Order: sequence, then structure tokens, then C-alpha cells
Amino acid sequence: MNTTCIMCPMGCSLTVEEEGKEIVVKGNGCPRGEKYGRAEYSHPERVVTTLLKKEKGGVVSVKTDRPIPKDKIADLLLWAAAFRVQGQYKTGDVLAVNPVDCGANILATADEEE
Amino acid sequence: MKKFDVVVIGGGPAGMAAALGAREKGATVAILERDTRLGGILNQCIHNGFGLHYFGEELTGPEYAKRFRDKVLADSGITVYLEAMVLSFNEQKVVRALSPTEGLLEIQAGAICLAMGCRERSAGAIGLLGTRPAGIYTAGMAQRLSNIDGYLVGKEVVILGSGDIGLIMARRMTSEGAKVKLVAEIMPFSSGLKRNIVQCLNDYNIPLRYSTTVTRVTGKQRLTGVYVAPVDEKMQPILEKEEYIPCDTLLLSVGLIPENDLLSGTGVQMAAVTSGAMVDEYRATSVPGVFSAGNVLHVHDLVDNVSEEAFVAGRAAADFAKGVLPCGDTVAVIPSDGVRYALPQRVHPGEGKVKLYFRVDKVYKGRTVVVTSGGKEIKRKKPLVMAPGEMQNIEIEKSLITGEIKIYTEE
Ligand SMILES: Cc1cc2nc3c(=O)[nH]c(=O)nc-3n(C[C@H](O)[C@H](O)[C@H](O)COP(=O)(O)OP(=O)(O)OC[C@H]3O[C@@H](n4cnc5c(N)ncnc54)[C@H](O)[C@@H]3O)c2cc1C
Ligand code: SF4
Repeated sequence: MNTTCIMCPMGCSLTVEEEGKEIVVKGNGCPRGEKYGRAEYSHPERVVTTLLKKEKGGVVSVKTDRPIPKDKIADLLLWAAAFRVQGQYKTGDVLAVNPVDCGANILATADEEE
Repeated sequence: MKKFDVVVIGGGPAGMAAALGAREKGATVAILERDTRLGGILNQCIHNGFGLHYFGEELTGPEYAKRFRDKVLADSGITVYLEAMVLSFNEQKVVRALSPTEGLLEIQAGAICLAMGCRERSAGAIGLLGTRPAGIYTAGMAQRLSNIDGYLVGKEVVILGSGDIGLIMARRMTSEGAKVKLVAEIMPFSSGLKRNIVQCLNDYNIPLRYSTTVTRVTGKQRLTGVYVAPVDEKMQPILEKEEYIPCDTLLLSVGLIPENDLLSGTGVQMAAVTSGAMVDEYRATSVPGVFSAGNVLHVHDLVDNVSEEAFVAGRAAADFAKGVLPCGDTVAVIPSDGVRYALPQRVHPGEGKVKLYFRVDKVYKGRTVVVTSGGKEIKRKKPLVMAPGEMQNIEIEKSLITGEIKIYTEE
């Protein structure tokens, strides 16, 4: 796998490969890149931000309250497209609990506009 | 006429921090904001990545804005006028604005702080060839339509320019079910953050082509496609290699321009490179009592820097209104050899420290930045890497200033 380390502005180009039972990172300028490359290879995770539609029209901006596995992002977006937010909310409110079974809840990131 | 020590024009992150800065010094403050709420551009930036430096945690744009907005609204010394469009101000520091509730509003300011942000370069501004069908948006406009109003602007998308807004919108539109076919960047590098290239493009397998531009667009009512071509070293498209990409939407992420129309005729001296005012370390412009901070002064990539800069400007504006802002002669700050601009452009010698913010003209790895004053070196540093898209800074001791300041890079 080829990727770019984003831990510092150097942006080293990394190659991550499995050699036997070991994960080997090449191209990193420092140890942080090795850790990053390993994580990106074996369990890449992202905090996802997106929009949910409100039952009464309009959208709410939301985020997952923790990073989720990259391969769950598509599921989350599919879930988000179908979900409708009911009632009142404000920043930080939990709008859905663990919708894609990876322990992450969905939080509103903005207050409802009057 | 209403009177305030400090009148802040614009209620984005810069305006809010300037107001809070002025309050620290005990000034009475008014914020004039043309939108229906405070927060500026942050309200539409629903992605995370804000506030890592300032709050030490990763926030989304609306969350970052809310932290400041709550403080501003809780402070009885700050009067907020919403839907108040500032039309002009004069040398006597009378600010005139139009608001649906107040009508024509005239306010006498002790000091004015400019915080109007910036706007995007449009199709006209970059001389895009071809027809003018629907479906061509600036990336920020598409972002507002999507994130505030809830409209997806198209299904098959090409993005011109790899600035952060373009990258963020590539991911956003993909998340909403659109197909982003290409991001074309005319330069051989991106002005966007590495992190955005990885997490907005690579994560979604969206192709990015460097040294490539859109040569013309087709379509009568609605955009039907764009032609793209690689460019040579002189930035001229190689037309033999032109390629047609069918799409219904073209997003432009081709740069931002400080929103400084209010300044024409005010005597505020402008800097050609930044398209913002020339300022000293207090962010004071050439017109006494007029200060400037945030994207209206120079385009920032990190909102954290905007907040920091605006606090400085707000505190100084309050000091000016009370007649206690230090004044006196300044020395010029002159950039050269790889440093495209440095800000502030003037500095007062004396006590304490001052941070010089600067941008370089291309990507440098392991190059040294040197600052001299009166011909003597006063600071040097060697960042691992410097890129045009990432604003740099270097702090100097004011006591070492003995003459004109030069800032440049060397091997
Ligand atoms: C799309 C986008 C994505 C970004 N992503 C990131 C990121 O991931 N991380 C990060 O740290 N930074 C990011 N930034 C940068 C950061 O958000 C901006 O630098 C910052 O918001 C600028 O603040 P400002 O207050 O100067 O301008 P703005 O936020 O633009 O605020 C200016 C305000 O002034 C008002 N105004 C203008 N003219 C008038 C007038 N005549 N009368 C009354 N009001 C007026 C406007 O309505 C607006 O509310 C991003 C910027 C953009 C545009
Ligand atoms: S590997 Fe080290 S030096 Fe290279 S980008 Fe990552 S953190 Fe920076």
C-alpha cells in the first residue's frame, strides 16, 4: 500500500507491505511515520462529518463521536442518507446511538437555527 | 448617534475574537454582521480540523464558531447587530450600515476593526473560456448550498483547483452520492493541506492531476462537460493533449480575495501581494484608529491563526480608543528570496516579541529562513519543509531591531 504520512508537514510518501508475518513501513522520515503507516495499513480510522436531513426540512451537521473504521464509512453514509432527525436539538446532542455497530454515536455539531 | 469604543465590521471568527480582545481591555464594542448569525464562513465548514492549536482538540467549523459566539453573546459589553450590512466609514470613524430593523445605522467609533473575511475568485476572475451554462459554482458557494441549505448542486463533478475548499467539497459531494471525476490543479503542487489530500481524495479514490487545467466548458442551459489539458512550464495548456470529460457540475477552488471594497477612498494603504491593508504589529493600518485582522487582511489557512491575530487587533483597537496605544516610528519588513510576503509590513522597535507571519513561493525542504535588522542577523530557523499553502511564522525580539528588517530564505 502507498500512502502519505500526515503527522507532520514533511508529508513523507510511505510504502507499507506485509513481509512474512511483519508489517514493514518504508519511506518514513521518523518513527511517527512508522506508527502512522502501520495503523493506516491494519486498521485505518476516521472521524466522519456529514449532514442529516430534518423531518421538517433542512439539514443538521453531525460528526461521529470517535473515529470509525474506514470500511464502515460507506455504511454510515448510507444510514445517514435514510435517517431523519425529529424534534429539537443543540450542539453536542446525541442524535443516534451506534448506528453502524462500531461503538460510535452521532452528535449534532450545530445549534438549531431559530 | 450611537457611540462605541470599538466597532468591529464582520462577525466571523476574526470579528468575534477582535470583540473579545477589545473587551479584555474594558472597551465598549459593537459587531456589525450582514448575515443572520455570527460565525462567518465557519458555519458552512462542517468538516473537522479546526482549533487544534487554539483549543488543543479537533472541532468542526460550527463548533469552533459556537465557542466564540457563546462568549460574545454572554458579554453585555458587546452589542451585536445582525443583518447589518456596512456601507462605508469615514475618517471621523463614523460607520454607516443598513439593517432591516434599525434602518440606516450611524455609529461613532473610537476605533474600527475590519474583519470582513474574503470572497472566492469566480469563473470571470480566472477568464474561463466557453459558454456560461448553469452548473458552474465556486466551491464555497456549493458548500453553502449543501451544508446550510441542504441542496446537492450536481451529480457528475469536475473540480478546478486543489485548494482546501475544493478538496473538502470533493469528499462532501461524494458522501452525498455524486461522482467526482477529477480534481485538476494547474500548479505542480497542491495549495491544500496534505491531510485533506489523503482524507478527502485518496480515501475516496478521487483522481488529482497536477499541472492540468480546464481549457473550456460546453453546454447551453446546463453544463454538459469540460475540456482539460496539461500545461507546459509557462502555464500554457498543451491543446493537442486536450481531453473531454462529460459532467454536469464544475466547482472552482481557485483562490480567495480579501473583501476590501469598503476601503476604496478611505486612504488605507494596501499591499499588492496580500490584497489586504498594510499593517504594523498591532494590525493598525495607515489610517489612525483603523485596524484589520483575519482573511480581510491576508488569506489564512488555519482559523487558529485568525483568532490569534484578531485578539491582537481588538486589544490594540481598544487601546487606541483610550489613547494608550504605543505609537512612534516603525521600520519596514522586506521579504525576498523565496518569501512571497511577510506580515506585519511595519514594526515598532522596543520591548517584547513580535511574530512575523510569512508565505513562501514554492515548496522548500530543509531551507533556512533568516531575519536581519539594520544589516545584522537577528533570527534564523530551518523548518523541515515549507509550502506555499501553509503559513509560516518566526518570532523576533523587538529589542534587537536597529533598522530595516529583511526576511529571506537561503540554502
Ligand atoms: C471553505 C473553507 C474551509 C476551511 N477549512 C479550514 C480548516 O479545515 N481548518 C482551519 O483551521 N481553517 C479552515 N479555513 C480557514 C478559516 O475558516 C478562515 O480563515 C476563517 O474563517 C476566516 O475568518 P474571518 O473572520 O476572517 O472571515 P469570515 O469567516 O469570512 O467572516 C467574515 C464575516 O464578515 C461579514 N461581512 C463581510 N462584509 C461585511 C459588511 N460589509 N458588513 C457586515 N458584515 C460583513 C461576513 O458576512 C462574514 O460573516 C477554511 C476556510 C474556508 C473558506
Ligand atoms: S514520517 Fe515523520 S517526518 Fe515523515 S511526515 Fe511522518 S511524521 Fe513527518
